[in-house]
Amino acid sequence: MAVGNRALARERGGARSAPGRGPRPRRQWKAYLYLAPALAVLGVFLLYPLGQSVWISFFDWNGLSLATWVGLDNYVDIATDPRIRAAFGHALVLIVFFALLPVLLGLLLTAVMGRAARLRGLAFFRAVLFLPQVVASVVVATSWLAIYAPDGLLNQVLRAVGLEVAARSWLGDFGTALPAVGLVGSWVGTGLCLVLFLSGAAQVDRELYEAARLEGAGLLREFLAVTLPGIRGQIAVALTLTVVAALKTFDLVYVTTRGGPGDSTTVPAYLAYERAFQTNQVGSACAIGIVLALLILLVSLVIARVQPAEED
Amino acid sequence: MRISRAEATANYVLLAVFAVLTLVPLLGVLLSAVTPEGELRVGFELPSRLSLGNFAQAWEQGGFSRYLVNSVLVAAGVVLLTGLLSTLAGFAFATMRFPGRSVLFYVVLLGLLLPVESFVIPLYHDLRGWGLTDTYWSLLLPQTAQSLAFGTFWMRNYFRSFPVSVLEAARLDGAGDRVLLWRVLVPNARPALATMGLLVAMWTWNEFLLPLVMISGEGWRTAPLGLAFFQGQHTTQVQLLAAAATIVALPIVVLYLFLQRRFIAGMLSGAVKG
Repeated sequence: MAVGNRALARERGGARSAPGRGPRPRRQWKAYLYLAPALAVLGVFLLYPLGQSVWISFFDWNGLSLATWVGLDNYVDIATDPRIRAAFGHALVLIVFFALLPVLLGLLLTAVMGRAARLRGLAFFRAVLFLPQVVASVVVATSWLAIYAPDGLLNQVLRAVGLEVAARSWLGDFGTALPAVGLVGSWVGTGLCLVLFLSGAAQVDRELYEAARLEGAGLLREFLAVTLPGIRGQIAVALTLTVVAALKTFDLVYVTTRGGPGDSTTVPAYLAYERAFQTNQVGSACAIGIVLALLILLVSLVIARVQPAEED
Repeated sequence: MRISRAEATANYVLLAVFAVLTLVPLLGVLLSAVTPEGELRVGFELPSRLSLGNFAQAWEQGGFSRYLVNSVLVAAGVVLLTGLLSTLAGFAFATMRFPGRSVLFYVVLLGLLLPVESFVIPLYHDLRGWGLTDTYWSLLLPQTAQSLAFGTFWMRNYFRSFPVSVLEAARLDGAGDRVLLWRVLVPNARPALATMGLLVAMWTWNEFLLPLVMISGEGWRTAPLGLAFFQGQHTTQVQLLAAAATIVALPIVVLYLFLQRRFIAGMLSGAVKG
């Protein structure tokens, strides 16, 4: 700390800083020493197995005996096998529930509450709305299992308001299982989006709102002309987080439905797990994992590209 | 700019509606957990008396005392290792020039986006071959690797935001790299390190797929893994299950309640974790 304080003092003094002494341009080989431990751990436990995953994806392997080279067959399967295609299709549906719905809902609420950024007590609501982000997904799944159960909260409410006919086993019904799983994602994501957008709207220059109002802009015009452009960065972050979460969904499906009933809630991550550790189709499982990684990379890059970062 | 009273009221009502929607599923679990065993719960009817029996049963018979210890040890280990290694790596990326800097940085960034699914399958076979599955190491090391991407990125950004002139001045005072890092940068980086530690602790605590793959013995289960297995065995004992779920969620939720600003700021800063 002593050196730091002295350095700070000198910085404040200012006058003595020697001119012309820029950052030293010479190469600092020592850097590799500082990087070595992190790169070693990253390499051995993440990058090396990633490479192996790519390699194994070109084989037909049951995890035990000798593997057979099959080229791109596992990838062709992803495009043609109805079970795998269904899983990726379900992931698309989940994107609607995990990402689109929360973002749209968040935008709608921000439009209505755009000026709420200065409300007293907002910190309390922010803390509550953000809570689903910190609760373990297995716990979230467990609590929604109880809600969707045949005698759970949802059906109790329906019966109480006389909609007995609508009551059902939500996660056991072919028609409702996937949307039911999706709605849990909406529940997790909406608070995040709202908190993000409200914090973004709070940073928008107040004068822009004043100006919009002087020109007689209504809530809608004000939102479209001022708020929306002002929170583009937050929208990009929200979309990235929620779309990636939808694509990676595993815990929720594992705990609530295990892909059932039938195959109605299978998702790529669950299928990869099942094939790798239960049905001994390790090559296919690796191919699914790699495609999933590529999809996530692609989504992140596209969203980052559409939204050039203005900060940093 | 003022908000009219009517507008403010409308905003509060909307916020309250969404706050309630957020809390209902979690409060439902909490209510179930304190309801005496065997008592039928309907809606949000309060239980006849508060009972902590479910917690005791989950804690002892459910084995959650062991699972919680496992989770604490793994999370603490991952936080310490990540903190140390990403401070070193972030320092190199932020202050030094060396060949391959940007390539290596992109490699680290890649780790930020990679889903567990893309490397966990060969990793399992590797670790089994090395005799490491069903040990703490099989949880500690891969999760450190996962967290390092975020940690390095985070620390590098923090170190880069540090005023260059201060660094220059320290160097003029004859401070070498080591002194610069440990005496100047790290003491100032405590808040950044704390936020990183919180986020890494939370991600590690909540991780499910990795322990599910690596751990088969009951003795090494983490809290969420224990809950998933408990779930399979006690589907009908709603109260017991709810108590177990509460035990699993509570440590992180309590941390969050005390340090929510730090949690939210950290996660909103664009922390995209793979």
